[in-house]
Amino acid sequence: MQIYLPIAEISVNIFLILGLGGGVGFLSGLFGVGGGFLITPLLIFYGIPPAVSVATAANQIVASSVSGVFAHWKRGNVDLKMGLVLLAGGIVGSTVGVWVFAWLRSLGQIDLVISLCYVIFLGIIGGMMLFEATRAIFRTRRRGGQIRRSKKHQHSFIHGLPFKMRFYRSGLYISALLPLAVGFFVGMLTALMGVGGGFVMVPAMIYLLGMPTGVVIGTSLFQIIFVTANVTFLQSVQTQTVDVALAILLLIGGVIGAQFGAQFGARLKAEHLRALLGLLVLSVCLKLLFDLVIAPSDLYSVMPGDL
Amino acid sequence: MTVSSRVLMAIVALGIMPILGLGGLSKKAAADPLVVDLSNHLVAITTGFTGTNVLLFGAVEDEGDVIVTVRGPDQDMVVRKKERKVGIWVNSESARYKNVPAYYTSAANRPMDIIAPADVLLDYRIGLKNLRFVPESKLNDSDQKVYREALVRNMQSAGLFGERPAKISFLSNQLFRTDIHFPANTPTGTYTINVYLIRDGGVASVKTTPLVVSKTGVSAEVYEFAHRYSALYGIIAVIIAVVAGWIASVAFRKR
Repeated sequence: MQIYLPIAEISVNIFLILGLGGGVGFLSGLFGVGGGFLITPLLIFYGIPPAVSVATAANQIVASSVSGVFAHWKRGNVDLKMGLVLLAGGIVGSTVGVWVFAWLRSLGQIDLVISLCYVIFLGIIGGMMLFEATRAIFRTRRRGGQIRRSKKHQHSFIHGLPFKMRFYRSGLYISALLPLAVGFFVGMLTALMGVGGGFVMVPAMIYLLGMPTGVVIGTSLFQIIFVTANVTFLQSVQTQTVDVALAILLLIGGVIGAQFGAQFGARLKAEHLRALLGLLVLSVCLKLLFDLVIAPSDLYSVMPGDL
Repeated sequence: MTVSSRVLMAIVALGIMPILGLGGLSKKAAADPLVVDLSNHLVAITTGFTGTNVLLFGAVEDEGDVIVTVRGPDQDMVVRKKERKVGIWVNSESARYKNVPAYYTSAANRPMDIIAPADVLLDYRIGLKNLRFVPESKLNDSDQKVYREALVRNMQSAGLFGERPAKISFLSNQLFRTDIHFPANTPTGTYTINVYLIRDGGVASVKTTPLVVSKTGVSAEVYEFAHRYSALYGIIAVIIAVVAGWIASVAFRKR
């Protein structure tokens, strides 16, 4: 069954889009990730204009983050103060990002920048995940489940930064500039790539800010809601590329898929999950890289001039 | 609607015209060498739109050849060339064209170059190769040719420029019909359909009829709303997402 998308201005197969949302939802439930980094490239592969894919994915991530944050909030796994500081950086970063997005689009380079961002970030994150997970798999086998922990209080240049703030929930006393910068950077990624940014935010919170793992997911979800909401709003105003019909189809599929994914994921070992996710991220990265490197079938492309 | 029923409708419609007479018009209509109409003057893009055909039918007074051109609304188009830089393919040079039809197709009862000499087709800008595309910036001759070909090729692969003229079939010596196909990605706007009656290699008569392609129903309203009240649209998009996420978390709460 075909449905005509009002903003993307093409007709798509309704079941294919539902299935796409469902598949990505399954993976996000399985691995505990937002799935934006998968949904945007898949929409582009399907033929949705990249600008619409990015803006609409941001809208869909609002929904998936809201549905995820309640459970964490109830268990007290959201560091509200940290979330707000990250958010302040995120709002500025995503606003700048939407502006950069519109500028690159007028230059005709937005598709390239989206692809390059994906290749770089998916490559780094996927590679690290796979490396870390395989090491963990081998180590648990050798030492029977014991994993060496890194020292918690290492002093580096980070602790010399000004504007120190106390974050009670995370048990941290660090410069506010740090979470502000992380928020800003991830906010830009949200605008440019149509991702929640959890896959950058979560490692940054653990390794850069030194937050305890328990509050990381909840806090990251909390701030992603507002940053993606900001991107949805700004893209609507500036580029009119948010397709509500597409977003609704994706989130119906996504919500249902996520439930099955979460149930299935409970039966797998954590490091096996991370290794699988790493492989998945790397394969999306390779596909995008392949498209950039091989000679295109037509060297010339045509676009309406008002974009 | 089946093809045969549409043909029947066309014939009935043509039959009614002289019967109704329409007073003084009847004499003029009878003298008209070319009469044309469409099965539909409005292509409505609804939520379920996957493309459609519009039947063009008409009659010629005496024998003659018929050519039909369908031209969509004009728009600016940018043709971009990809170049390999540091191993990856990036957009480099580009050419901007003004007044490129967003849709173009033609139809004829016989190959066009047999019906009319090349200069006549060029004068009337009939057929893809006779369309004028003027680049905004100066291009040298070889570039102009390459960019023009790229523009036409890309529009053709998008299904917006007809690959080759469609077939006009004559039902008798006088009655003719052809189907104009509009694909799922048909741009909206006002289309101009020109019908040329050609005799002895010259244009004997031209009829112009408009056709409107517009979005209707829910998708039109959403589009309209998104462009006119974009801030409100953004807020609503966020609210829908928040409510949907909340419903999901309640519906699937662990029991």
